[in-house]
Parts: sequence; structure tokens; C-alpha cells
Amino acid sequence: MSNSHNPSGVAHRDPGRTTAPARPNRFRRALNRARTWLPGLLLVSPSILLIGVFVYGMIGWNTRLALSDKHAPVQDGDFVGLVNFVALWQEARWPAAVGNAIVFTVVFVGGALFMGWLLGLLLDKGVRGEAVFRTLFLAPMAVSFIATGVVWRWLMNPAPAERATGLNALFVHFNLDFLVNDWWTAPDLGMAAMALPAIWQLAGYIMALFLAGFRGVPEDLREAARVDGCSEWGVYRHVVMPQLRPVLLSAIIILGHMSLKVFDLIIAIAGQQIIADVPAVYMWAMVFEVRDPAKGATIASYLLFAVAVFVIPYLVWTVRKERSEGR
Amino acid sequence: MTQSAPERVIAPGGGVAGTTRRGQAVKFTVLFALAVLFLLPMYVLIVTGFKPFAEATAAGAWSLPQVWSVEGWVTAWEALAPGMYNSVMVAVPSAVISATLGSMNGFVMARWRFPGADTVFTLFLFGMFIPYQAVMIPLQQMLVSANLMGGVLPLILAHTVYGIPICTLIFRNYYASIPQTLIEAARVDGAGMLRTYASVVLPVSAPAFAVTLIWQFTSAWNDFLFAVFLTGPNSWPVTVQLNNVAGSMVVPYNQQMAAAILASLPTLIVYLVLGRYFMRGLMAGALKG
Repeated sequence: MSNSHNPSGVAHRDPGRTTAPARPNRFRRALNRARTWLPGLLLVSPSILLIGVFVYGMIGWNTRLALSDKHAPVQDGDFVGLVNFVALWQEARWPAAVGNAIVFTVVFVGGALFMGWLLGLLLDKGVRGEAVFRTLFLAPMAVSFIATGVVWRWLMNPAPAERATGLNALFVHFNLDFLVNDWWTAPDLGMAAMALPAIWQLAGYIMALFLAGFRGVPEDLREAARVDGCSEWGVYRHVVMPQLRPVLLSAIIILGHMSLKVFDLIIAIAGQQIIADVPAVYMWAMVFEVRDPAKGATIASYLLFAVAVFVIPYLVWTVRKERSEGR
Repeated sequence: MTQSAPERVIAPGGGVAGTTRRGQAVKFTVLFALAVLFLLPMYVLIVTGFKPFAEATAAGAWSLPQVWSVEGWVTAWEALAPGMYNSVMVAVPSAVISATLGSMNGFVMARWRFPGADTVFTLFLFGMFIPYQAVMIPLQQMLVSANLMGGVLPLILAHTVYGIPICTLIFRNYYASIPQTLIEAARVDGAGMLRTYASVVLPVSAPAFAVTLIWQFTSAWNDFLFAVFLTGPNSWPVTVQLNNVAGSMVVPYNQQMAAAILASLPTLIVYLVLGRYFMRGLMAGALKG
């Protein structure tokens, strides 16, 4: 019998297992079943091989490098355990880069979620020109972080009021001088300014996610709440929002994993200036300038770890949930 | 996701906050203000791009050009043309190959499962989220020792391989909507897997191909990370060249902005013309079928 009758796709437990059926029969049945699924496995095998080598093989290789003392490309490198992982925290640059990434992440994830949610909420019930607004807010998603960086570096030019350009010039023009600031070059919260272009780029995406979520809530559910005397805001607060937790989770995962490995945007705006240093830029410098493979690999391992900690549970949860919903 | 027009069911009592005239006007005003904010960068790009060299300075940064000039565009094009060519040579083949592989994988994982298919699928999906830094150093070393560095081949390889997960996901979700009875019917008629795939599944796959091709093209075109690690000056794609143009302090703003627009045009055009498919790719990226 063919495995595909089974909607869960999980191989059947042979129900006759305990009653000890004749051996050849069982073997033949297994063979028959294998004949059904084996071609499928073969068709996927090129991809399994590629993913196996280029994702998992490379991650393994990278981990081995990170655990070695191969501090120059020509060295062989011996196993040194977690020495590199500990050493990173004892220098000045690494904790600063981590701190920057954290500030960036908090502002970026929070800002993009809020903007996306707001835009989705405003567009949900339909408004004149909805399609135009949607197209406009989502457009930055089609553009590279490098192009975004080029224009935002101009916008966030930190030159002081008298020779200001970009947004500072605009603030001066409208007599809003108190808004004139150093943007990403500010020593403490410069990374918060750095998050602005990223919010600009991703807000439309989050809007689309929320909009899909809002519209996925059945109208009769909202209707029922209205009949019960809920205000329109109450309907959102008590009926729609609780249904959106999965959307919120997806959005956080997407933004979070982008944020931790942010690279292009930083390079395009700040180059390698240390004030805007983040782990991904540091890693790049280790590979190309310092030429220290072990250290580069260590930073890469930390990045992978930071992403894996929340992505793996999310993936397992998603696939399981899908299963239980019988897809 | 459903892209249908919103259901405008008005509550029997009418006049709920979101649907009153004043509510509509307020919403529209807020949206309009946000739209203006969102458009600021685009304004800067276009206006500055069309300024002649002499005008592209700090003074009057926000004003319209006194003389509209294409001088910035001409020089930007000269600087970017080789990169644009390289990007096409990378983005097109890798999009086609990973979409094809994704289609095969998606079919198997949705409709011709093998034991452990879900585990394999989950392992694939993780490949979608990994920071590519975690594979970059070994990848680079491998390509160097295989003597493959130099051309655009490393980039094609990288985008193809690391595009497989998302393509598989998109096709798997898409094929899950093909009725199993159709597949069974083909089986009963004696069609094997390849036959079923070619005669039942492939003919209805056009929309999913559109989604994956667009997604892959866009992400390969916009990629910077793989490009800086895996290519040299002769094979730099457009993002690296744009960054070089913009990163050097001597290039005037009109050229920088014109270059940024030029480098973004292909993906922007794809987005404007095929926005529906672009959207679906984005939604799939959130693991939502």
C-alpha cells in the first residue's frame, strides 16, 4: 500500500507487528512501499547532498576552525577548545560590537514591528487608495541595503547646523534646530539612528504580514464581538490581536535574525568605522584585514548560535503545528 | 495569504469608529503623512540624481535642480555597467536552477513523501535562517582550493545552494494545494513519479515558478555579503560596485544617487510589474503558505 494515503506522511507503524506475520510477506511489503517512496528520495537527493555539504558540512568545518588556533591562513591549527570563544570577551572591540548589535536590534525590531502594525491597522478596513499605499510602503523591500544605505547616509549626515545636509538641513529649514543631531555618529545611541533605514526598509513587509493576519480573522468573529457590545477598538484588542500571535512571532523571528547578522547596511553607511561596529563587520575585518581564520570563525559561530537559539525552536514548533493541523 | 478586497461588512448598527466619515478622513491623513515620510528618500534620490555636478552640494540640498541634468546618470552608468552585467549573469542562472530544484523537492515533500521527509524539510528550512557568515570562511577556502575563484561561478553556486530552502518551502506549500486525488489518479493510470510530476504537477506550477524566480532574482541581485567574500574586481556584482562608488569620498552626490537608482531599477521594476508574486514570496519567507 502506498505511503501517500497517509496524510501525515509519517511511515506507517506496521499494525501486524506484534502478531508476528510471516517474514517474507513483511519484507515484500516493505520492499513495495520502498519502491513507492524511493524515487522521491532520489529526486531530492541532489538537494540533500548540496544542503548537507554547503550548510551542515560548512558549519561543522567552521566550528572546527573556531575551536582551533589557526590564527594565520598558512597555519595548520590545533584543537584548543573554547579558548577563542573566551578570548573574544577580553578585548575591547568585541563587547562593543555586541552592544551595538543589541541596541540596533532592540530599536530595529521594535520600530519595524510598531510601524508595520500601525500601517497594517490603518489599511485593514480599507481606505481610499489602499493599493497605492501598500505598494509604496512595501517598495523599499525590493531595494538592496546598499542602495538604502547610500541615500540614508546622505539623509543622516551629521554635519552641524551651519553646513548641514540631509535631514539636519531640513530641520534647520523648518526651525526645528533642536532636532539636529549626530545620527549614527553619536557615541551612545548612534546605533538607534542606524536602525532608522532598516525600519524604513522592513516596515512595509511587517505591514503586509499583519494585514494578512488581520484579514485572516473571520468577519463573523469580529461581528460576534460587536454584537456583544465591543467597540471597534475593543474588537481589535480582544478578538483580532490575540489571533495574531503567530504573525507576531514570525515577524519577530524574521526581523531578529536579520538584525543579528546586519552587515550591508552598516558597511554602506559607516564603512568600517569602529563607532558602528557590529559582529558581522568585525568578522569581515578578521577575514580580510587581519587574516585570522580562527577568530573569524569564532565570531561566525557566535552569530550562528545567536540565531539558532531562537530559530530552531521556532522551526520545530512550526513544522509540528502544521502536522497537527493535518497538512 | 488572501489578497482579496477587504470584506466591507458594515455592522448593523453602522457607525463603528473605523468606518465613519471622520474616521476615514483621519486614517487617510495619517497614511498620507506616513507616505510622504516614506517617500523622502526617493525624493532625495531622484532630485539629487538629476542635479548637475555644481548643484549637488550641501547648500540647497533639498531644492529641485535649477538645471535638470543627466550628467550624474551617464557617469554612474559607466561605473555600474560591468557590475550590472555580472549581476544578471549571477541572478538569472541561480534563480532558474534553485527554482527547478525547489520544484522537485517541493513536489516530493508535499506529495511523494519518503520516510523522514519532515526531518529533511526542517533541516532544509534551517538553511534559510543561518547567518551566511557561519559558512563563509570554509566556503571561501573550498572554492580557493578547488580553483574556482575568479569569475561569477562562486556566486552562482552560493545563491543556488542557499536558495534551495526557500524555493523548496514555496513549492511545497504550493503543491500541498494540488488535490491528492489528482496524484492518485495518475498513479492508478500507472504513471511513475517522474511521469506524475511532469504531466500533473509541472503544468500547474507556473505561479510558484513566478514567485520563486522573482524571489531568487531579487535576493541574488541585492546580495552584498556573498559578493564581497566570493568575488574579485572583475566579477563584482552591482551592489559591490555601488558601494565602491558611494563609499569613496570623491564621488559627487549626483552620481551616487543616480547610481543607487540604477542599481535598484531592475528589482524595482520587477516589484512594480509583478508585485503580486513578489508579495507571495515575502509571505512564504515568513513560513506562511
